Amino acid sequence: MTSSLFFNITTIAYFAAMVLFIIYLVSRSRAVALAATGAVWAGFAANTLAIGLRWREAYALGFEQAPLSNLYESVVFFAWSIALCYLLMDFKYKQRAVGAFVIPFAFIFMIWAQLGLNAQIQPLVPALQSNWLTYHVITCFLGYAGFAVACGASIMYLLVIGREERKGDKQGLTGIFPSAKVLDDINYKAIMFGFPMLSLGIITGAAWANYAWGTYWSWDPKETWSLIIWFIYAAFLHARFTRGWVGRKAAWLSVIGFVATIFCYLGVNLLLAGLHSYGS
Amino acid sequence: MPAKKNPIDALWDFFCSLKLTIVTLILLAATSIIGTVIQQNRSPEEYLQRYTESTYRLLDSLQFFDMYHSWWFLALLGIFSLNLIACSLKRFPLVWKAVTQPRLTADDALFQTFANTEEQLVKGKSIEQVGEKVSVYLRQHFAAPVLTDQDGTLHFFAQKMRYARFGVYVTHLSILIIFVGAIIGNLWGYKAFVNIVEGTSESRVWPRGSNAPIDLGFTVRCDEFSVSFYEGSNRPKEFKSLLTVIDGGQVIEERRPVIVNDPLTYKGITFYQSSYGPTGDAQIRLQATAVATGETIDLAVRQGQRVGLPGGSTLRVLNVSQSYQNFGPGAQLEVVDAEGKRSTYLVLQKFPGFDSRRDAAYRFVLGDFKQRYYTGLQVAKDPGVWVVWLGCFLMIVGSMVAFFMSHRRIWVRVEAVGDQVGVKIGGSAHRNQPGFELFFDEFKKNLKSELVS
Repeated sequence: MTSSLFFNITTIAYFAAMVLFIIYLVSRSRAVALAATGAVWAGFAANTLAIGLRWREAYALGFEQAPLSNLYESVVFFAWSIALCYLLMDFKYKQRAVGAFVIPFAFIFMIWAQLGLNAQIQPLVPALQSNWLTYHVITCFLGYAGFAVACGASIMYLLVIGREERKGDKQGLTGIFPSAKVLDDINYKAIMFGFPMLSLGIITGAAWANYAWGTYWSWDPKETWSLIIWFIYAAFLHARFTRGWVGRKAAWLSVIGFVATIFCYLGVNLLLAGLHSYGS
Repeated sequence: MPAKKNPIDALWDFFCSLKLTIVTLILLAATSIIGTVIQQNRSPEEYLQRYTESTYRLLDSLQFFDMYHSWWFLALLGIFSLNLIACSLKRFPLVWKAVTQPRLTADDALFQTFANTEEQLVKGKSIEQVGEKVSVYLRQHFAAPVLTDQDGTLHFFAQKMRYARFGVYVTHLSILIIFVGAIIGNLWGYKAFVNIVEGTSESRVWPRGSNAPIDLGFTVRCDEFSVSFYEGSNRPKEFKSLLTVIDGGQVIEERRPVIVNDPLTYKGITFYQSSYGPTGDAQIRLQATAVATGETIDLAVRQGQRVGLPGGSTLRVLNVSQSYQNFGPGAQLEVVDAEGKRSTYLVLQKFPGFDSRRDAAYRFVLGDFKQRYYTGLQVAKDPGVWVVWLGCFLMIVGSMVAFFMSHRRIWVRVEAVGDQVGVKIGGSAHRNQPGFELFFDEFKKNLKSELVS
């Protein structure tokens, strides 16, 4: 019973869920949608168990640290957060078609972690030895996951809005999409969850930076990019009740916001220099 | 022909516009990217290695090398602040009035604005009896109502979470508070660094980007610096300085360990473990034994130092190293005997017999190996930081309230309709209307059955 076994199960479950959701779009069979949702639950359970086991394995090696210490661990935690946010959304809305646009994110991150990243458990360097690490990482990733769900809903909104405006018939893959109104609501609710989480993530990061380095803000590329995301979603929240910005433009802001989020998370580490470079 | 607006009104409308908010936020997001692509606050030499001179001039004139403090970025933040203040000032008084002086009586016009209303006729009861039932029901299932008797018509008004209306203003205010905290820190604080050699003291620190030191008003001594590694690897585990604070001849804190993530604060000035390095020559302890006589002495010598040995020879330390070709600490020694004959010895701490030659006149044992280090400390004073944390706290509280709480209001009118009693119910929520509808449908249904019972 090792964490890597359960990480494998997680990846397979997310993959199965993704395929089933796509089959659901074509077949419109409710049984398939139910099976897909079941696969997400199974993947989420395996993901949770795997993270817990990895935590224990680190302690067994003598490292008293939460499993949030390097890129591999953060990526699998991101996949976990996306599955959690998706399931919360599913619980409330039961709009299964959305899974086809959200679960692929969870799958892509899991498969990348498993095939492309170093899974070795390593002790923390002095800069990361702080309880702030846990609070900072958890809040940031829950925020990011909210934005992932919002992005999936926004893409669907952009696909469906044209048809609704033309009053087209419900043919093709977009046929079983939720209405634009519901997708807009999912988008908004997901950002309503993600935005305070991102704010908390930035604030805990600032508090930690102030505690460890004596400055809460130093315009480090990672900090700056998190602020860029914050600006984009703040614009989104105001666009929702501004004439001329409701609808398509707001949906695009949500998509752009998630692209910026991914860049903040990965692009900054892999392409730009800065204080978070140890996160690789 | 539309009347031309006077310029002040036009400016006010400009700053009250939500479109301005969106455009400013997008501009802030887009321009912020520049500073993450172009490294900030480097020397001209570094930039010239990377860019051609004409590119450098262009970027420099646009202040792209310190863009977060450039006039245009600060101007954007200024517009953002003005926009935020103007929007809040415009809307706040209306909300304040709605909360503190709510409409206690609902006329038909008001009922028409609600998406969700209900009418009911009750037979065989007086207005007072029906009113009493409504009052009790509201109190038990929603909130204590305010009763207004208007010529025999009873108006009930009840509300919940009226403070939810202020969440958005608290959030807006929190951003301004954070800005104020940042300005206080910029005006009355500083960021500096100081290197202190083990065993020495410093009472001055050097601010970033300036040559003039700042006097601390007290003294900090570094008693010891150490770095430890995870077993069997070169992954650092801990950097630690033992610091002693002396103020006016009094020892305030003695040998206080300062590690990364655990700084030392005294009189509002905080010292953070930041870097370290070796300084000066290493000192070694040696035990030297003259083979001929068996006489043994203990020595403490620095690199380059020449000392006498028993039997008239002299010893000089040529070279010392913490890790001599992976054999651990080692020293190269030169011995010159009374006749002036030179011979060299390599002494390894972990392998004492490594260099014992048959013709050697001395045997050496390498003892303690002491390299002095300096510790590099970041020094920060920021009197604005608590203002920033206050702003952050208000931002979280404000946005939670703004996003997740809603001001719910219910009006009930009880009046005579012929010989019966008419009851009209209406309600609204300032956000999450669908959630309110669910509650309100249930509320109306139960109130109706309560009234006929």
